[in-house]
Amino acid sequence: MDTPVIKKKIGLKERYAAMTRGLAWDTTYQLMDKVFPYDKYEGIKIHDWDKWEDPFRLTMDAYWKYQGEKEKKLYAVIEAFAQNNGQLGVTDARYLSALKIFLTGVSPLEYYAYRGFAHVGRQFTGAGARVACQMQSIDELRHNQTQTHALSHYNKYFNGMHSPKHMYDRVWYLSVPKSFFEDAYTGGPFEFLTAVSFSFEYVLTNLLFVPFMSGAAHNGDLSTVTFGFSAQSDESRHMTLGIECIKFMLEQDPDNVPIVQRWIDKWFWRGYRLLSIVAMMQDYMLPKRVMSWRESWEMYVEKNGESLFRDLARYGIRKPKGWTQACEGKDHISHQTFAVFYNYAAAAAFHTWVPEEKEMAWLSEKYPETFDSLYKPRWDYWREQAAKGNRFYQKTLPMLCQTCQIPMIFTEPGDATKIAYRETEHKGDKYHFCSDHCKDIFENEPEKYVQAWLPPQQIYQGNCFKEGVDPSAEGFDPLLAVLDYYNLKVGRDNFDFEGSEDQKNFATWCGDSVEGVKK
Amino acid sequence: MSNVFIAFQDNEDSRPIIEAILTDNAAAQATYPTGLVKIDAPDRLVIRRESIEELTGRPFDLQQIHVNLVTLSGRIDEDDDQLSLSWIN
Repeated sequence: MDTPVIKKKIGLKERYAAMTRGLAWDTTYQLMDKVFPYDKYEGIKIHDWDKWEDPFRLTMDAYWKYQGEKEKKLYAVIEAFAQNNGQLGVTDARYLSALKIFLTGVSPLEYYAYRGFAHVGRQFTGAGARVACQMQSIDELRHNQTQTHALSHYNKYFNGMHSPKHMYDRVWYLSVPKSFFEDAYTGGPFEFLTAVSFSFEYVLTNLLFVPFMSGAAHNGDLSTVTFGFSAQSDESRHMTLGIECIKFMLEQDPDNVPIVQRWIDKWFWRGYRLLSIVAMMQDYMLPKRVMSWRESWEMYVEKNGESLFRDLARYGIRKPKGWTQACEGKDHISHQTFAVFYNYAAAAAFHTWVPEEKEMAWLSEKYPETFDSLYKPRWDYWREQAAKGNRFYQKTLPMLCQTCQIPMIFTEPGDATKIAYRETEHKGDKYHFCSDHCKDIFENEPEKYVQAWLPPQQIYQGNCFKEGVDPSAEGFDPLLAVLDYYNLKVGRDNFDFEGSEDQKNFATWCGDSVEGVKK
Repeated sequence: MSNVFIAFQDNEDSRPIIEAILTDNAAAQATYPTGLVKIDAPDRLVIRRESIEELTGRPFDLQQIHVNLVTLSGRIDEDDDQLSLSWIN
């Protein structure tokens, strides 16, 4: 009889150490600094990489196992959704506009995140940080793929979802997310983690993936809620990487504190501006409402951020500079942003509308201090004008903030009746900003932001027309030429929801006349 | 006082985990936004493997929570037997 071999199973902490750091080695015939040259130039001082903690202690084998399970669950739902014509079960075809923004503005960011993490996953000297970044890189690629796959089903039935990658690189409002991520991954590895893992994922992304996904569930979109929560199950790991990186930098050397604080100031504000569009999706584009932007902000940012920054205070870190102004913005930004898209709906690849009566009532209830006094009168006026046949579509180009690339639509702190404008000079040129915080970001790194690719300027320089277009030709319409360059089909992808092909098709598929679905 | 929180997809896999958390953390409170279960607790929250195993009657690997985890807040400490979230103030 064989003697049974008693194998003691090692604990999670030892297993993690053996499977991660135990597999790393210090180079000998080349200096470590030459092999990992990029994690020093930002000025972050690291004395002992072994102090990097990995709270989840997920090893690669466990990672593949659980990710595999997530994928199987997700694809089962996506397939079932497609087989059962799930697209007919959404509350209202207006909801699709939110998904169009998601596909063109969010999913490409997942791909950028994949590239960014693959890059920094090579650059850190410490093996713990490298492994966490490599896992996240694979996660992000998975998110891009699952989102593309899930939303491709909607593309068979609805307009505006036909060329997300092409649009992402060209369309004016998509330069906001694009420039955000290009700014992050052209920073060094530590800034990248502070930007994406900490400021964006830890402090802000709950707003996108939690209440918005609940909203998708509430609006009958089984497919989106499933890829959303599947993605979000990875985010917990990403958020943990973010806070770990911050803690590690702060504990390694006191000289790191001011650098990290500046990055937190910068990236909290960049992320906050980027989320304006999510605020609008949540308050205006979900036909069945779950939670207002203001409530989400309070639950996930204010309450949570108070705890977080109280915790970080012992390192000498304070709340981001823009915190107070961002909290004030919770009453305004969704209204201001949707109003702008309503005006620019001729140049957008999704539809807009004036909120219905009961939606306005909901907004009044959720925004008692601002909606009735500041925003409802505009909607009433625009509705009245549209009814008279005076629906006005803005066709001139807006002035953008040099940093966040959002048109100048935001108001002064403390005065929501006055648009905020800031400017600064750099080497004899004047640059414009939407806020003090965007101006500060520019002034700290002007060499970077003077290179910004701003859509209106590019259009005026003639860089946004298809090859062979002659702007001097008789009857040349610059807007139409630009939309053609975007691959946006005029009269099909843009303008109001009312009268759109999406509206008519959805009504027909649901067995209603257009009038029948109108409430 | 600072709250920590953890949220799971509201499904059958999560049910014993939620039950175990609510039993082991007297101050924890659950809310149910569409599709989710979110549990908030003052300062600290712990998930114990044993409590989940008692409820389900079979072995449970704590890392299985990753499959249905949606979000969390607080500092994590995890080993084979428990996962805790806390703020050190």
